Amino acid sequence: MLLSMDDVNVRIGGQTILSNISLTLEADRITTVIGPNGAGKTTLCKVALGILQPTSGRVQKAPGLRISYVPQRFHIDSSMPLTVRDFLSVSLPFARKRRLLGIAEALELTEVEHCIDKNLHQLSGGETQRVLLARAITQQADLIVLDEPAQGVDVNGQELLYKLISRIRDIRHCGILLISHDLHLVMADTDNVLCLNGHICCAGHPESISNDPAFVSLFGRRAADTLAIYHHHHDHHHHADGTVAEGDHCSNS
Amino acid sequence: MLAGIALALITGPLGCFIVWRRMAYFGDTLAHAALLGIALGILLDIPNGFAVIAACLLVGLLMLVLQRQQHFASDTVLGILAHSSLSVGLIAIALLDSPSVDLMGYLFGDILTTGWSETGFIAVLTVVSLLVLIFYWRRLILITLHEDLARVEGVNPMLSQIVLISIIAFVIAMAMKVVGLLLVTSMLIIPAAAARPLSRSPGMMAILAGIIGAVSVIAGLFGAWWIDAPSGPSIVLASFLCFLATFIGGRFISR
Repeated sequence: MLLSMDDVNVRIGGQTILSNISLTLEADRITTVIGPNGAGKTTLCKVALGILQPTSGRVQKAPGLRISYVPQRFHIDSSMPLTVRDFLSVSLPFARKRRLLGIAEALELTEVEHCIDKNLHQLSGGETQRVLLARAITQQADLIVLDEPAQGVDVNGQELLYKLISRIRDIRHCGILLISHDLHLVMADTDNVLCLNGHICCAGHPESISNDPAFVSLFGRRAADTLAIYHHHHDHHHHADGTVAEGDHCSNS
Repeated sequence: MLAGIALALITGPLGCFIVWRRMAYFGDTLAHAALLGIALGILLDIPNGFAVIAACLLVGLLMLVLQRQQHFASDTVLGILAHSSLSVGLIAIALLDSPSVDLMGYLFGDILTTGWSETGFIAVLTVVSLLVLIFYWRRLILITLHEDLARVEGVNPMLSQIVLISIIAFVIAMAMKVVGLLLVTSMLIIPAAAARPLSRSPGMMAILAGIIGAVSVIAGLFGAWWIDAPSGPSIVLASFLCFLATFIGGRFISR
């Protein structure tokens, strides 16, 4: 167990944002949280990160747990000259001691080694996400929390990004908590999907969840069907479906 | 002159954070609040420098708290605080009717009247501020990049912001003497902006901003002496010329 929440409630300004959330994040497992806008996904993220204290309930962390965060929006003012290399070296002294993997190696793993001397504000959305992932790797994170990493990335890029995330999991054996608003392109290698709408509507393996009545009522039949179709294609490595096939072609060729 | 150079060495690096964090108006508000500090200083009979630092700290922390509320945009809050504190300060000074108050001196500065004791005061504050800035450097860079990211990595954003505001308050109290309250923000922003096109990293930008600031003080004071112009505006004009030079030069090189 890396991190677990037990009956967590969050109320902000008299409004209930999250109620009765219980979940467990394990090493070597990818957990995806999906839900409509305003479902409390980002709030859940902040509770997991320890930025936000829950109104009630318990958050337990494994001793010495190192969490890295890949935020949804990362925009720096162009008046600040900061290269990717410098960005990856800025951290507090105690955080630097535990660095094992070098900056160049981490950037190579996330396939953005060509950006090392670029300025942060020159990067595209996808490159920024990969640089942030590389930062998480240099920090030797046990748990990486990503808040809608695919936002502002095109469909092919999303597929590649998701593949990269699962490769990082395979190499580093860290736990991954992924927040996503995209119902159609839930990460294929997700071990556990949580549908959030203030509370956890349903949870389980992507296969089972698309048939769950709670999922269908929350997102509609169409979303449930596309989710199912997508996973069918993935499991059998069919390359017929447009989006999936393109993503696969890119990585294979 | 020494006081001016010492001051430039801290306003340059500090100004970088003001530029990066888009706090220009914030700095201006604190400068306005300084006048309130002068009035308080006369009223309570405490030295100017300390009164100004206290007033800036008070208004700075108030702004930090008010920025967390949701009712008004932060620039609205800044505008309210800036001009209210300026007005209260002006009224208080007028009512006190003290012959020792040289309002123009505070608004536009008068570096030439700076004595040795004040130069010493500025030098000590500069060294202290620089040391604190260096100690908090990584934390401040991290909260400037992304507040939540910094918090996950073990930085307390509130504490770091209080540190930053405290240094700004110290610096405004010093800069008031040199360029005057109306031009304080320029000593923070212009050298930092001038350093930007020449810089490849935040640290380099901070050091260059300090150097450009010091050069501006020297050039401005010599210029002022040469054509018999007021010293504060001359320093600002000199730094503006540096900005123009690097900006145009930067454009030229990047093409």
